[in-house]
Parts: sequence; C-alpha cells; structure tokens
Amino acid sequence: MFDNLSDRLAETFKRLKGHGKLSEANIADALREVRLALLEADVNYKVAKDFVAGVRERAVGQEVMKSLTPAQQVIKIVREELSSLMGGQAEGLNLIGRPPQVLMMVGLQGAGKTTTAGKLARMLAGMGKKPLLVPADVQRPAAIEQLKKLGAQLGVPVHDSDPGGDPVDICVRALGTASRLGCDALILDTAGRLHIDEPLMAQLERIKQKLQPGEILLVADAMTGQDAVNVAEAFHQRLGLSGVVLTKVEGDARGGAALSIRAVTGVPIKLVGVGEKLDALEPFHPDRMAGRILGM
Amino acid sequence: AIGRKIDDEVLDELEEVLVTADLGVKTTAELIGGLRGKVRRKELADAEALKGALRAGIEEIFGRTAAPPAMTAKPHVIMVVGVNGVGKTTTIGKLASHLSAQGKKVMLGAADTFRAAAAEQLEIWAQRVGCPIVRQKEGADPSAVAYDTVEAAVGRGVDVAIIDTAGRLHTKVNLMDELRKIHRVIGKKMDGAPHEVILVLDATTGQNALNQAKMFNEAVQLTGLILTKLDGTAKGGVAVAIAGELKLPICYVGVGEHLDDLRPFDAREFAEAIFG
Ligand SMILES: Nc1nc2c(ncn2[C@@H]2O[C@H](COP(=O)(O)OP(=O)(O)OP(=O)(O)O)[C@@H](O)[C@H]2O)c(=O)[nH]1
Ligand SMILES: Nc1nc2c(ncn2[C@@H]2O[C@H](COP(=O)(O)OP(=O)(O)OP(=O)(O)O)[C@@H](O)[C@H]2O)c(=O)[nH]1
Ligand SMILES: [K+]
Ligand SMILES: [Mg+2]
Ligand SMILES: [Mg+2]
Repeated sequence: MFDNLSDRLAETFKRLKGHGKLSEANIADALREVRLALLEADVNYKVAKDFVAGVRERAVGQEVMKSLTPAQQVIKIVREELSSLMGGQAEGLNLIGRPPQVLMMVGLQGAGKTTTAGKLARMLAGMGKKPLLVPADVQRPAAIEQLKKLGAQLGVPVHDSDPGGDPVDICVRALGTASRLGCDALILDTAGRLHIDEPLMAQLERIKQKLQPGEILLVADAMTGQDAVNVAEAFHQRLGLSGVVLTKVEGDARGGAALSIRAVTGVPIKLVGVGEKLDALEPFHPDRMAGRILGM
Repeated sequence: AIGRKIDDEVLDELEEVLVTADLGVKTTAELIGGLRGKVRRKELADAEALKGALRAGIEEIFGRTAAPPAMTAKPHVIMVVGVNGVGKTTTIGKLASHLSAQGKKVMLGAADTFRAAAAEQLEIWAQRVGCPIVRQKEGADPSAVAYDTVEAAVGRGVDVAIIDTAGRLHTKVNLMDELRKIHRVIGKKMDGAPHEVILVLDATTGQNALNQAKMFNEAVQLTGLILTKLDGTAKGGVAVAIAGELKLPICYVGVGEHLDDLRPFDAREFAEAIFG
C-alpha cells in the first residue's frame, strides 16, 4: 500500500500548487503520512506519536512553510530527526578496561544470540584478541553443541560447559578456563528467555553480578513488531544494557524496532547481523536505518 | 447500563490497541472503517459494543480461512518452513508429541543440514517423543534427506512424517529455490506429498510476517500456519492480515518451549487477547 514516503508526501503537497502559502493544516496532513509510514515500518505506536509531535515543531517553522519543495523539506527534517534519535553516528564496542573483557549476549528466543556470539568471536579474533566462547545455555536442546561447532569453524576455544550445570556456575568457571588458555575476552551465550520470565531474568542478573561484563548486548530480531519496546525496556531495567545487536537485517523488514528500542531505552545499536554466516556482522549506520524505516 | 459514548477519543484508543497488537494500519483501518456505518446509525450503543463488534470482525476473518487438510494419506507428509529462529524445530517436536499421543506413528526428517547442530537439536526432540528420525551429515543435500525420510516413512508404515527445513529469509532467492526443490523431490517420492506445508510464524514479528507468508506461499504453496511464542507479551496480530489476504488457517499456536506447549487455535480467544 505505502511504497514510498516521498511519493506520498509529494501527493499530499500537490494539491496545494497555486494556492500560495502552506498552512499548518497542510503540515498536519503531511505528518499524518509520516506517522502512517512509521507504523507500517513497525515503529511502536507511542514512539511514532512522540516522534511526530517532535517533528511538528520544526516542520511548522520557517523551513517548510517557505519552501518551494515542501515534500522534500519534510522528508529531510524527518530523516535528520530519525537518524539523530538513533544516535547520529555508529558506536563501537567497549573493549577497554582490564582483561579479560566480558561480553554477554541476552535476548528473546531465536533472536540470534548464539550466532552473534560466533560472529563477535570472529571479529575480536580479527582484532588480535583471544576470545573464549562460553555456552551458558543449558536449556535449548543442543545449544552447547551449536556453539562448539561455531567455535570449531572459527578455531576459537569454547569453554566445556556441563549441560546439567547451572549457567551462573558455568560462567564463573569459564573465567578459570580463560586464564588457563590465556584468553583476554569472554563471550557469554545465554539461553533465550521471555522478558517476563522472572526466574530466568534473575539468573541473568546473577551472571552480571559475578562477571561484571563490559558489554551486555541485547540481540534483537529486526523483524520484531510493536512488542520490541516491552522487551527492550524489561531487559534494560534488569541489566542495564550497553548495546543492541539487530539481526536479520539483510531481509526486507523495515526495521522500526531499531527506532523503538533506541527511543525507549536510549541504548545504542552497535552492530547489525546481515546473514547466517559468521562474517555477516556490520557496524550500525543510523542514517541508513532511517532511510530504510521510511522506505527509501 | 450504557457505557462510554463512542467518540473520536474512543476510536483513537481502539486504533492504538489494534496497531499495538501488530494488526498493522491497513487492517486496523479496515476493521474500524467497516464499523463506521453502524456507529453513524447508532447501532452500537457504546464503546464496549464497538469493541465487541471489532472482536467479532476479527473472528470472522479467521472464519473465512480454508480448513487444514485432513490426514487421509499414509504416510501423511508435513513440511515445515519459515524464516530463521521462529521455532520450526521446536514446533515439530511438540507436534510429533501431540500426534503420538493420538496414537499415530510419527517419523521426523532433519532436512536442516545447514545450521550448526540443527540435526542434533531435532534428534533430542525425537528422543523426547520417542519417535524415529532420519538424518544425514551436516552439509548434506536437504532434498536427499527429505527423500530418504519419505522413503523410510513408507517403508516403515508410519502415519505421519514431519520434515524440518533450515530457516531462511523469504527474500533469498537461492534458498527459496532450494525449498522448492525439497518440495518437488518429496512429491516425486510420493504422489500428492507433501500433504501439508506449514509456515511457522513468530508472534513477536511485525508487518514483515505478511511478506513472509506471501513469498513462502508462492514458493511452496502453504496449507497453514503455526503461530509461536504466544506465551510472551506479543499478540501476533499480523496473523489477522495474513488470514484476510491468504485465507490460510492457523493450525496450532505455540505457548512455550516444552513438549506440551502446543494448543489448537481458538479465534475467539485470540481476538479477546488482543483487547485484554
Ligand atoms: N538471515 C539471518 N539469520 C540469522 C542472523 N543471525 C542469526 N540468524 C539465524 O537465526 C536463527 C537463530 O539463531 P540463533 O543464534 O540460534 O538464535 P538464539 O538467539 O541463540 O536462539 P535461542 O538460543 O534458541 O534463544 C539461526 O537460523 C541463525 O542462523 C542474521 O543476521 N541473518
Ligand atoms: N517462549 C517460547 N519459545 C519458543 C516457542 N517455540 C520455540 N521457542 C524457542 O525459540 C527458539 C528457536 O526455536 P527453534 O525451534 O530452534 O527455531 P527454528 O525456527 O527451528 O530456528 P532455525 O532452524 O535456526 O531457523 C528456541 O529457543 C525455542 O525453545 C514458543 O512457543 N514459546
Ligand atoms: K525471532
Ligand atoms: Mg542460542
Ligand atoms: Mg530449526
């Protein structure tokens, strides 16, 4: 239905030709189109509402009212505001501090945590670090086996977790493995869980407490709909997230979850997953994501 | 007693409820728009009545979907497809358990030969259910595994064969071609098979699910959907748009990670949960 916000805005303003000055009502029409486009892209309902309210101020200002190309002007403002809301610039991983550095992957079931753990191990190894992969998912069938296989593919060591063990103990023991093997970074793969699962959320808090990770990364699926805000808020409240990895970005989802998560938590999106292979991890570009959310 | 009067504020609130449940702006506008006449003619007494009518509207959309195919063939072959991480393998475990409990002999086929430890994962489910599994090495041709599975199912006289496939994004042409090939090869081994092609959808998915359904349907002619992860806070409202457009039935819903966390789909319950 909505192909392109540019076309829709052009349509909105076309009716005005020859009627002279733009009115606030015209702007309201245009912003209605912007709001619909955001909702179509899965931006959360409340986030979209607040965002449009914020843009309205700039839009009714001189920039658009006096412009000869109001459609382009509205798009320019919307795009700028979107990308600045998403952080403006790409933000890297925090790898400073005394080694071993600990990176912890958290998120809903099936979001891509284990795969992303493998991708991060590859990235860190490429930077000259010595990562250790730590399977702390004793829940999903064959989760430990999955991470072991990824480690073997990469030539990165994998802590030998006991499938009957407790995830907190596993992580603590992995510190010993890391020092024995001379690893300077630990990547913790935790089991997928619902943000409303009290015991499992408490378990993540205990892991955080014991290992003090420098990065707690929420791994989130780019196809996520309106619920993204509830999930991100809950994980952030419990754990204090340091970053988000958005996965499955190479598909055709418009990715409104990126904006929703960033807007409600303020946590930066640091990386994006663009494929199933272990080299498919890229830095996040706020402006690109802004364009994509707008369908351009 | 007459409740809240239907005004713009009420309409806005209901719009928010529906969009927030992932029904999408188009379906939401159609549902609410379809009731404007009734509102104007004052056929709906108050906000509660309007809500009830919307609920009924959603149920009606599901009421117009096709029926899932009956299990008449032996073996009845089910192929399970979907994008990455939605819950295909887990759902197969639950479905196998459900069918076994009905006294059916079930066999699984591990045609996800790509993802690390995918076959090991399905194997654990087969053990939990107590049913046989056909698998090959990682990296093997998935069509060959599917073929072997149907062959073994025929040979052993099982009632239902369920074939797992690797997760794939619907936009990846080569992977969708691979899926078509699996479908074709199954049909070569047994006439009329696969009898069911089920798309697994994650209830947390937003509007992209509609594209998923359309493109998987185009590639392998879906017969139904299973909506997973309804035990979270997402409502899975995009399924309304899919039911409306593709007339595909929801066969089951997934409500957890355990063997018995599969439920029949109840349109009324689903519609009520959207407002609840
Ligand atoms: N297309 C695509 N698939 C991805 C990406 N990241 C992960 N996947 C796939 O998503 C599926 C789930 O990935 P996992 O890494 O197992 O997800 P998880 O979060 O560890 O899952 P649980 O441990 O069960 O909660 C797998 O099929 C992965 O190959 C990505 O960026 N693009
Ligand atoms: N909470 C919840 N989790 C589920 C449900 N169904 C599946 N899961 C979880 O979702 C994750 C992914 O499930 P899989 O069955 O591996 O998904 P898949 O579609 O086979 O994944 P790929 O083969 O990698 O594409 C696992 O952690 C499952 O336990 C459900 O109904 N509710
Ligand atoms: K998912
Ligand atoms: Mg995992
Ligand atoms: Mg699977």
